[in-house]
Amino acid sequence: MEKQSDLLLDIEHLHTAYRLQGKFYDAADDVNLTLKRDEILAIVGESGCGKSTIASSIIGLYDHKNTRVTGDILYNELNLVGLNESLFNQIRGNKIGMIFQDPLASLNPLMRVGDQVAETLYYHTDMNEKQRHDRVIELFNQVGMPRPEEMFNMYPHELSGGLRQRVVIAIAIACKPEIIIADEPTTALDVTIQAQILDLLEDIQKETHSGIIMITHDLGVVAETADQVAVMYAGQIVEKSDVKTVFEHPLHPYTRSLLNSMPQSDDETEDLHVIQGTVPSLKNMPREGDRFAARIPWIPASAHEEEPKIHEVEPGHFVRCTCWQDFHFEQESSK
Amino acid sequence: MWKTVLRRILIMIPQLLILSLLVFVLAKMMPGDPFTGMINPNSDPKTIARLKQEMGLNDAPWVQYCRWLGNLMHGDLGQSYIQKVPVASLIWDRAVNTFWLSLMSVILTYLIAIPMGISAGRHQDGWQDQSIQVFNYITFAIPAFVFYILGLWLFGFTLGWFPISGSVSDTATGFWGIFFSRIYHLILPAILSAIIGTTATVQYLRTGIVDNKVEDYVRTARSKGVPDRVVFNKHILRNSLLPIAAFLGNTITGLLSGSMIIEQVFSYPGMGKLFLDSIGQRDYSTLTALILLFGILTLVGNLLSDIIMSIIDPRIRVQ
Repeated sequence: MEKQSDLLLDIEHLHTAYRLQGKFYDAADDVNLTLKRDEILAIVGESGCGKSTIASSIIGLYDHKNTRVTGDILYNELNLVGLNESLFNQIRGNKIGMIFQDPLASLNPLMRVGDQVAETLYYHTDMNEKQRHDRVIELFNQVGMPRPEEMFNMYPHELSGGLRQRVVIAIAIACKPEIIIADEPTTALDVTIQAQILDLLEDIQKETHSGIIMITHDLGVVAETADQVAVMYAGQIVEKSDVKTVFEHPLHPYTRSLLNSMPQSDDETEDLHVIQGTVPSLKNMPREGDRFAARIPWIPASAHEEEPKIHEVEPGHFVRCTCWQDFHFEQESSK
Repeated sequence: MWKTVLRRILIMIPQLLILSLLVFVLAKMMPGDPFTGMINPNSDPKTIARLKQEMGLNDAPWVQYCRWLGNLMHGDLGQSYIQKVPVASLIWDRAVNTFWLSLMSVILTYLIAIPMGISAGRHQDGWQDQSIQVFNYITFAIPAFVFYILGLWLFGFTLGWFPISGSVSDTATGFWGIFFSRIYHLILPAILSAIIGTTATVQYLRTGIVDNKVEDYVRTARSKGVPDRVVFNKHILRNSLLPIAAFLGNTITGLLSGSMIIEQVFSYPGMGKLFLDSIGQRDYSTLTALILLFGILTLVGNLLSDIIMSIIDPRIRVQ
């Protein structure tokens, strides 16, 4: 029983399609993911690979007119796909908290930050105004804001980027959610602040035993925080495993290319590895064959599967397509 | 916030001085002098010269300017060349009329424009939005005087619902009788100028809502589980009203210049009509006073916008 309730989120065959000029295009294509309690799941990929699409699908914040979501997102037996808005509003902010990328834009410029945190409590708890105020002060302490009483009455523009992100985190964790989705939480911050915010998220997780989905393009963030990693390319998950395996024995060509293009501080002489080409746009995405094939043209077409599937190559380690068996870097072949 | 208001009022002092200087120079550049039309042209030039000396017209310009400014401070705007009465008393009654007309017009403008802007922004590209856009094109494109004359003809002459001129009926008696008669005379010009004045407010509000709807902070509010209705009223709408508050000063200036047309069409005895009449009669002293007054009101309008902005937008308050 204990084991079962550890599963917080079970995403199965999620397809999220956006309407572009009358036609729907899958931005997340057959995504399968699970999130357990006390786990940080990192979703990594380049811009436009569909990682934020997964976040907005989970929390149900997308343009309902121009987005089509199919598949299952199971939270405690409850399917969040197609859930009606008033039920969803009881879950959002309460059971699922969300942290956004740009902490300045994420806060209402005309509202005191304390009130913005208290607003979450107003909709999900029976607290009176005084209790909400005290809880906000408690949260501000928890997220490491100095002089919380004073901060309560400040407006977003009066705070630094790091402090604003702490307010955003306070909003997300106000109701002690079981799931926290952090969409690029450190991208807009200074490097020194980034580490503080990541430490804070880890501390919060230890306290609340929540599950965190960390969406990022920064492999450093992944290495530092994640337990499980899902690597995405062009709307699909191409590799999925625990963090150690992904960093030590990456298999998929894309994962290997990503890791290879990370700057190494101990080796300044070597040029940075660059992955050829760019991520295809949503409209021009190849719908057949290996979507990454175009960016590793020196690998013969015969190496790819016709319809690449996810294979469990070792327990808990999933890789799409079989081309990884024949993959080598171009430089290596020319040597 | 009080610091912002105080600072803003202090900035107004040099603005007012520059305005008064401009108006003074303008008055000096106008042809003629206070004797034009006042005395027998056959008078002895020596007498005129003596009078000029006595009235201080031979003093250095800056001495004259300071004296004029001093008189202004005491509420003395000089004598009307044509009407032979103090300009201040001539303007006062008209200013009261224009004030009520403008106030009613601005209130009606917002009563009409804000619901329209909200509806258009909320149902972007829906039928509500499209009909409002059509309405906007029409009110923006139609010349004000054509619109006023059409309204006057339809509701005043043809249907006879409203009086067609003046600010109060001669037969009205008693405080309430006069009060209601004034309101009755105000309604048609106020409604017409409100309708034609909605364009900017509707557009600003619509654009504000459309832009704010997709802002990140709105997404944050939704992610907190705040119901859509509250997200709209508390987060989107409040942020979208900022440009309208900023535009208030402009609206007031627009009403003043608009008053010239509407008061002329409705023969409504206000400042705008007085201004046009004074131009026709070359009543320079009245004109000078009116120009000064319009200038001051424009500055006050901008002051009001800034104060309102500083109340609703914490970002522009002085620390």
